[in-house]
Amino acid sequence: MSSNRKRLPVGGRISREVPLDFTFDGRKLIGYRGDTLASALLANGVTLVGRSFKYHRPRGIFSAGPEEPNALVTLGIAGRREPNLPATTLELANSMDVESQNRWPSLAFDVQSVNGLLAPFLSAGFYYKTFMGPTRRAWMFYEHFIRKAAGLGRAGTGPDPDRYEVRHAFADVAIVGGGPAGLSAARAAAAAGARVALIEQDFLLGGQLLAEPSDSAAAAWLRQAEAELKGFETVVLMKRTTAFGSYDGNVIGLVEQRDPTGPKPNGEARQTVTMLRARSIVFATGAIERPMVFSNNDRPGVLLASAARTYLNRFAVLPGKKIIVATTNDGAWRTAFDYAAAGAEVTVADLRAVPPAALAAEAARLGVMIRAGTRIVDLHGGHAVRHVTLNGPEGQSSAACDLVCVSGGWSPTVHLTSHLGVKPVYRDDIGGFVPGAFPAGRLGAGAMIGAYATADAIEDGHRAGIDAAASGGKSAPVPAPAKLDLGDTATTLLREAPSVGHGKAFVDFQMDVTTRDIELAHREGYESVEHLKRYTTLGMGTDQGKTSNFPALAAMAALRNATIPETGVTTFRPPYTPVAIGALAGRAIGHHFKPIRRTPMHDWHMANGAEMLEVGLWMRPYFYRQSGHDVNEAYVAEMRNVRQAAGLMDISTLGKIDVQGPDAAIFLDRVYANGFAKLAVGRARYGVMLRDDGIVFDDGTTTRLAENRFFMTTSTAKAADVLSRLEFLLDTAWPDLRVAVTSVSDEWAAMSVAGPNSRAILNAAFPALDVSDAALSHMGLLESGWGGRALRILRLSYSGERAYEVYTGATAGEQLWSRLLEAGRPFDLKPYGVEALGALRVEKSHVAGPEIDGRTTLDDLGLGRMAGKRSGFVGDVLRRRPALRAPNRQRLVGLECIEDGKRLRGGAILFLPDEKPYGHGRGRITSVTFSPERGHYVGLALLAGDVAAEGSEVVAVYPMKAETVRARIVSPVFLDPQGERLHG
Amino acid sequence: MLRIECPCCGPRDHDEFRYGGDASVTRPAHDDPDPEAWYRYVYIRTNPAGPHREYWQHVTGCRQWLVVERDTRNHAVASVDFARKSTLRKSPA
Repeated sequence: MSSNRKRLPVGGRISREVPLDFTFDGRKLIGYRGDTLASALLANGVTLVGRSFKYHRPRGIFSAGPEEPNALVTLGIAGRREPNLPATTLELANSMDVESQNRWPSLAFDVQSVNGLLAPFLSAGFYYKTFMGPTRRAWMFYEHFIRKAAGLGRAGTGPDPDRYEVRHAFADVAIVGGGPAGLSAARAAAAAGARVALIEQDFLLGGQLLAEPSDSAAAAWLRQAEAELKGFETVVLMKRTTAFGSYDGNVIGLVEQRDPTGPKPNGEARQTVTMLRARSIVFATGAIERPMVFSNNDRPGVLLASAARTYLNRFAVLPGKKIIVATTNDGAWRTAFDYAAAGAEVTVADLRAVPPAALAAEAARLGVMIRAGTRIVDLHGGHAVRHVTLNGPEGQSSAACDLVCVSGGWSPTVHLTSHLGVKPVYRDDIGGFVPGAFPAGRLGAGAMIGAYATADAIEDGHRAGIDAAASGGKSAPVPAPAKLDLGDTATTLLREAPSVGHGKAFVDFQMDVTTRDIELAHREGYESVEHLKRYTTLGMGTDQGKTSNFPALAAMAALRNATIPETGVTTFRPPYTPVAIGALAGRAIGHHFKPIRRTPMHDWHMANGAEMLEVGLWMRPYFYRQSGHDVNEAYVAEMRNVRQAAGLMDISTLGKIDVQGPDAAIFLDRVYANGFAKLAVGRARYGVMLRDDGIVFDDGTTTRLAENRFFMTTSTAKAADVLSRLEFLLDTAWPDLRVAVTSVSDEWAAMSVAGPNSRAILNAAFPALDVSDAALSHMGLLESGWGGRALRILRLSYSGERAYEVYTGATAGEQLWSRLLEAGRPFDLKPYGVEALGALRVEKSHVAGPEIDGRTTLDDLGLGRMAGKRSGFVGDVLRRRPALRAPNRQRLVGLECIEDGKRLRGGAILFLPDEKPYGHGRGRITSVTFSPERGHYVGLALLAGDVAAEGSEVVAVYPMKAETVRARIVSPVFLDPQGERLHG
Repeated sequence: MLRIECPCCGPRDHDEFRYGGDASVTRPAHDDPDPEAWYRYVYIRTNPAGPHREYWQHVTGCRQWLVVERDTRNHAVASVDFARKSTLRKSPA
């Protein structure tokens, strides 16, 4: 058993007494508490972890953090499958099941690595050229295979069984990053009196200090810093939390992972998104080490130098014993020294002709070989490194090795500070981009602003913490921080030009972008970094090019013979690392996706066979199952019953607005296209409102309750918009009008009793009330009470039948509903749903949402005469625009189906009989119903006015069902054009 | 992630508000028959990169329409006032 054969017997920040079982591609392995998946794999000697995106090249672990481009894995099974997770940030837990990705049939033997042979076809611009050129048709054929071959992990297909949360939080000072700068900033801000949130992506605080030996001065400093922070009640330490985005108003988006090693109480969220608003934010996000570019630099066994040091000191893993450290700077020498001290045979290939003397002396002491002025040009090995080709002053030579550590310098992590459009600026002295000018309330500290030395970072963080607290008025005296000098002085750096042997030299490992792709992009004129990115897909992987951005733009700068700042950087956008959609959704899934509104009679509907329909946020009865076995049968039965006896409909969803004040009538005169000033008290009137541009906005009925008081109803859909619009006009346009508008939608339950028996039913329900035609004529109002509750009866009709709208207080709605049904039993009163309601109004040509669709005018809808010669109302001037009165403008017509056994469908496109059915046609059907009166389907349509003569024929085409049906244009009023039934 | 200091309710998240468009355009009088004036009011916008006066309504709060001065480049809110107040100030009366 080779378990943990690369693990050192002592040291590190792992708990050897807590072994954890996990599987990788079905293989049972053991790691320890404190491991990441990456460190546990390395400890077990697993070097091959995945296959690359395009060429299926073998890849291993490259980094020790969120910048990982290669070691992406899929975690879990069934609904819990989560793909594309970097092994380097996955905290190891018991019974973890992990799969490698993008390989078939197995990781070690991958059939599709022959994609490497197809490489010439998969170069930069492949997709563009294939899409645009004569090969477009071939693409259709090959796409399926290529998509299968190129790709990342697969998500689970089952529902996610886990829970997620979204919350809001607040702090005086938020600190992003728990390295030396962040820890120091948190301590200073807390000591100054601020409420502090310290955000760390790792499950341990410390940042780069975790790469230091666990018995070092750095470790002691870290222990003290953490203890001090825990001593403050005002400090929240958020580990396992990634700041993924930075937003306006000093808000940062955080996603926190549940401790995977902890207990799992039922219901605890697996991930929590926190929108954290802070007075000040200190970004102490550190820096990311850059790779070096040489042939086959992507092979398993190549590690970033700092990551190699982290695996050795933090995880007690010695991944190799014969090591080449290739570097452009001082920092990587510390990796060489630690590996030498751990017993490895180490050679440093420093690109600089003369490395600093102090480093050379230390190297000599530890037996580290130095090759100055030397670089790697090629690397040999498949699933593991065998040897490298070095090129230096003494020419080319080969060096055997089992681990290559690379460092091309460091790039400050400026993603978050760039999210709000602050462009990074280049600093020649550190050879990297740092944030541009910080806006108020934002500060940077440590490596992210170029303070690479630990001592500087601590000092820097201290200052930032004090400043951040002070800007929120917290400025208690703060004692100086404990010093820590690791001798990691500011890095001296040599700009590295790519050096290429025979094989591919990768710039973006995850997207498989090589130096040749960049050369090609340059040759073809895609020189700007934004073009380069899109042409080569550079930086478009799940790692967003954290390790590749700088080498790529350095390569482009070299090709263009330009400086780095001239070449520029691409734009960073949220998220910094991928965030699961489930985490962003939190609890807003399923029924909780949006609120549900229920009418006062909802429970009755549910208990009495209603099939419910979501209408906006409302739940409304669609039809009642006792009316028919499906909606088509039921709605026809329900509308027949309304026309022949009586029906009861829940209309509580209508918007209801109380309009009062001395100028209420003037106000309504201006907001409605038809006049209201002369409406008598106790009378109702149908009204239509326009928008300022002359398009119809909404319709409804408004009743004058008293001289200065009106009761307005709106459509269900527009209730909120109408109220807001009325308030807008009163607040901004006519503040001199003395009018108040108040929503009373939820105060009233409303129901409509419609049909020839409706008056008799009201009589039976309220024998004491006089509902005779003399007392309550069409468009009349009767206000009364019943059992101490309000009762408002309006004689209005939507169905075309004699009908009454009956209102009472919302809490009494169900009681009134039942009373009416009881009284109506001898008169065949039955409830009906919205489908029948819609059908009834189509037969009467009452327009509704499908016709008032934000594109139609009064004239289009045949309502032009409502405005008559009036002026001065909203939308009047612009409705007169010539284009809105063009003769070929679509206007409302009636259609009847003239083919036996066929039907009309809403949404069908209308053509002339001799026309080829192609394009947008001459109009469209908006609403349809089967008309029991006519015995066939009828519908409303919007049809070009120049072909809309009554009596002519059109063809209705419904491509979704490949249906074509002939229809005749008729008057849209299919029933009772004289309106006699209203009084019947 | 905007936050608007409602003069009635205090600082509130922008989720509570409804955006109401450009507040710098002048609405013609209700009986102004000039199509040009209405056309300018409905369609012509300057779309500045910088300070912008705009209407917001505190729909889930006091329901007041407000005039918010917001910098379109960084969403910094320079001032908030009741729309009714600034409209009344503007009118000659």
